Amino acid sequence: MGAILSLCAVAALALIAFIGVSAGHLQYLFGVIIPYAALLIFITGFMYRVLKWGSSPVPFCIPTTCGQEKSLPWIKQNKIDNPSTTFGVVVRMALEVLLFRSLFRNLKTQMSEGAKLVYGEAKWLWLAGLAFHWSFLIILVRHLRFFIQQVPLPVRMIEGLDSFMQIGAPLFYMSDAVILLAVTYLFLRRVFIPQVRYISLPADYFPLFLILGIAGTGVLMRYVFKVNVVGVKEVAMGVVSLNPDPKLLEGIGVIFYIHLFLICCLFAYFPLSKLMHMGGVFLSPTRNMVNNSRMKRRVNPWNYPVHIHTYEEYENDFREKMKTAGIPVEKE
Amino acid sequence: MAKFTAKPDELSKIDFKPPKKGWMDTPVEIKEHMFCHAAKPKELDVVGFPNAHEWRPNDEDWKLPENWEKTLLEGMRDLLGKYRSFRLFMDICVRCGACADKCHFFIGTGDPKNMPVLRAELLRSVYRGNFTLAGKILRKIAGARDLTANVLKEWWYYFYQCTECRRCSVFCPYGIDQAEITMMGRELTNLIGLNIGWIAGPVAACYMKGNHLGLEPHTITSSIEFFVDDIETITGIRVNPTFNRKGAEILFVTPSGDLFANPGTYTAMGYLMLFHELGLDYTWSTYASEGGNFGFFTTNEMAKRLNAKIYAEAKRLGVKWILGGECGHMWRVIHQYMDTWNGPADFLEEPVSPITGTKFENTTSAKMVHIAEFTADLIKHGKLKLEPSRNDHLKVTFHDSCNTARGMGLLEEPRYIIRNVCNHFQEMPEDTIREKTFCCGSGTGLNASENMELRLRGGLARANAVKHVHEHYGVNLLANVCAIDRATLTTSMDYWVPGVTVAGVHELVGNALVMKGEKERTQDLRLEPFPGKEGNE
Repeated sequence: MGAILSLCAVAALALIAFIGVSAGHLQYLFGVIIPYAALLIFITGFMYRVLKWGSSPVPFCIPTTCGQEKSLPWIKQNKIDNPSTTFGVVVRMALEVLLFRSLFRNLKTQMSEGAKLVYGEAKWLWLAGLAFHWSFLIILVRHLRFFIQQVPLPVRMIEGLDSFMQIGAPLFYMSDAVILLAVTYLFLRRVFIPQVRYISLPADYFPLFLILGIAGTGVLMRYVFKVNVVGVKEVAMGVVSLNPDPKLLEGIGVIFYIHLFLICCLFAYFPLSKLMHMGGVFLSPTRNMVNNSRMKRRVNPWNYPVHIHTYEEYENDFREKMKTAGIPVEKE
Repeated sequence: MAKFTAKPDELSKIDFKPPKKGWMDTPVEIKEHMFCHAAKPKELDVVGFPNAHEWRPNDEDWKLPENWEKTLLEGMRDLLGKYRSFRLFMDICVRCGACADKCHFFIGTGDPKNMPVLRAELLRSVYRGNFTLAGKILRKIAGARDLTANVLKEWWYYFYQCTECRRCSVFCPYGIDQAEITMMGRELTNLIGLNIGWIAGPVAACYMKGNHLGLEPHTITSSIEFFVDDIETITGIRVNPTFNRKGAEILFVTPSGDLFANPGTYTAMGYLMLFHELGLDYTWSTYASEGGNFGFFTTNEMAKRLNAKIYAEAKRLGVKWILGGECGHMWRVIHQYMDTWNGPADFLEEPVSPITGTKFENTTSAKMVHIAEFTADLIKHGKLKLEPSRNDHLKVTFHDSCNTARGMGLLEEPRYIIRNVCNHFQEMPEDTIREKTFCCGSGTGLNASENMELRLRGGLARANAVKHVHEHYGVNLLANVCAIDRATLTTSMDYWVPGVTVAGVHELVGNALVMKGEKERTQDLRLEPFPGKEGNE
């Protein structure tokens, strides 16, 4: 249900751009106004969400420790999975963000014959997740060539590596294939693993279809319906220099506008959605805190005094019994 | 309520297939043997919890206070403002499902709402519906729903089917910790008087009498007198513990369970023997007579109120530092919360072992040392005369407590001790120990008897790993450093893996410890003859 709904939503979005540009000739709306609006929503929305998280304090030191604590000097500490220094946390976070370390731990728990639980390797989710995110990043970086007059060396190097396995012309980018495969896998596991299907919301399918739509139109544009790439770059340069030229918008194929509109949808949807995990992962207290709570006192900004049952009250309750039992008391 | 009688064969047939209908359209079914009795109003009144009232979980009408929806939503807003973890964990889950089969309750029940992700969604859906733009506009499409009496029942049922063990958090790519979410959920239920008796009772007792069991001062001393007598029978040595003694160097705090129920009592005997042998200048306290903290399973404020006694008593008695016994959640609280709540402990000194001179550098601020850290250091420095062969009839494996493993990182210290006091040690499969350890199934105050099916199902994953080493390596003893484990794993083993007994690490220490001037030992701390010494008495 959620999958079909989301697929329809993405198809509708593509159709809007198609009709808007091919029938309505709204090139300026789809090529200039909507991208500006989407970017504005993305930036302000992203900042709003991060600041909103930031506005709630972290009252307690609650890292999830995944290895030996710092203890006696002869006991080997796991300095990354149970960091006692900021450096350890930086390494832990880097591994988490760049290599999805926690997901790499994933196991498959199964009940086998004789009611015996077995734990197997389960690296596919990790692999697909990593492949998807990295290829997305590479594609994003490659697109910088549209926004910078002189394409910088790092971007050209990434393009060179990405097209290493060249098949004819135009250059074939591996990241295009990887992202399509990875997103397809992420979609299929949602459909075919019963538990994952059970927990999946439309909000889980929608971004997958949106990204498939974006990557798909991008691939089509590059390998099938060739668009005027020079024209696209001129438009993009105009947009980034805040000086868009309406005349340049005319000669570009409609597939470009569909591609662009889906991207705009993704950007605008981003801050409203679970995609904010991109920013959130950096703020996760179970991962980004130093496990030093017995070494360094953490201050809770909203700590307040509480009622306790004092020793005096306790002794008043039990003085005679304490004396009989030979327990020292404050007041005889 | 009918007695729970299902056999292990029946219980281990688990259906993992989720229902056809979506989870939002599947109303909660409050099943017998899966929940705990409601708290009695008088237990809540003792500590001033609001809206205490008579109700029963399997009744249709929970007699909720007026405007309960408003109370809960305002409570939620308050918590969202106080805890970044809560706000973040409400927002960033992508529902990848990596946590799903990591939860012992899901593994043991197959109930999809026991997948950590879905347990969290129970709360998230209401969060979205009331606190997010997308949820307010798109409603169900955005995974949002209203707070209704049925939703509340679902919250209650499943937040009291989570033991805050944090195993899911180890595997989550964003570190989303269901323990945090359950804590928030339980805070909310406490706003409207929906606590359980098994938690509220100990909390009230601990507040008034200093410990969960409600042991009064003279009962504590007489319990320990019994241990002293038994130790004398076993070793010929009369140990001489002191209580509430001002000027002692060290205050010793341990869970009260160890003073009252087997096999925890044997662990307590181990402590007494060790401290006597060292000539340690220490005292017990009858006021701060609880290391554990059932308040932690209610609200943050309640946990702080109970915990405050430890520092207060250390200050009153003028000790230099505090030593803490074997307990799981106690150490989550002491390691990650105590100093923040009730510190700074500037009236104490940085802990130094009086026996070895070792400075405990990992607790220079909180100034409380875990007994496993303390004893491991003693053994490393050769300060204990040990006769591990006395434990030769035991094939030992070690269960990491959730809290000391994932909320602290105490992994090697107890293992080092066990290896020095026992000759036969065998680890369970690697995916079931250390940071991947499984809960006993009965933590966070769920160790009642009316919820026995839940406990045994929750304990299945741990028991299964024990069964493996029992069958393959003849393991017959499950060692641990947690008072709740000692009580609940005994039940779990009797059910799932008969033939495996449960013991605290310091019981094994007590058995192996050669004390100055002791008579020839023929009995272990349980007063059972050592194999081969049966006829010597």
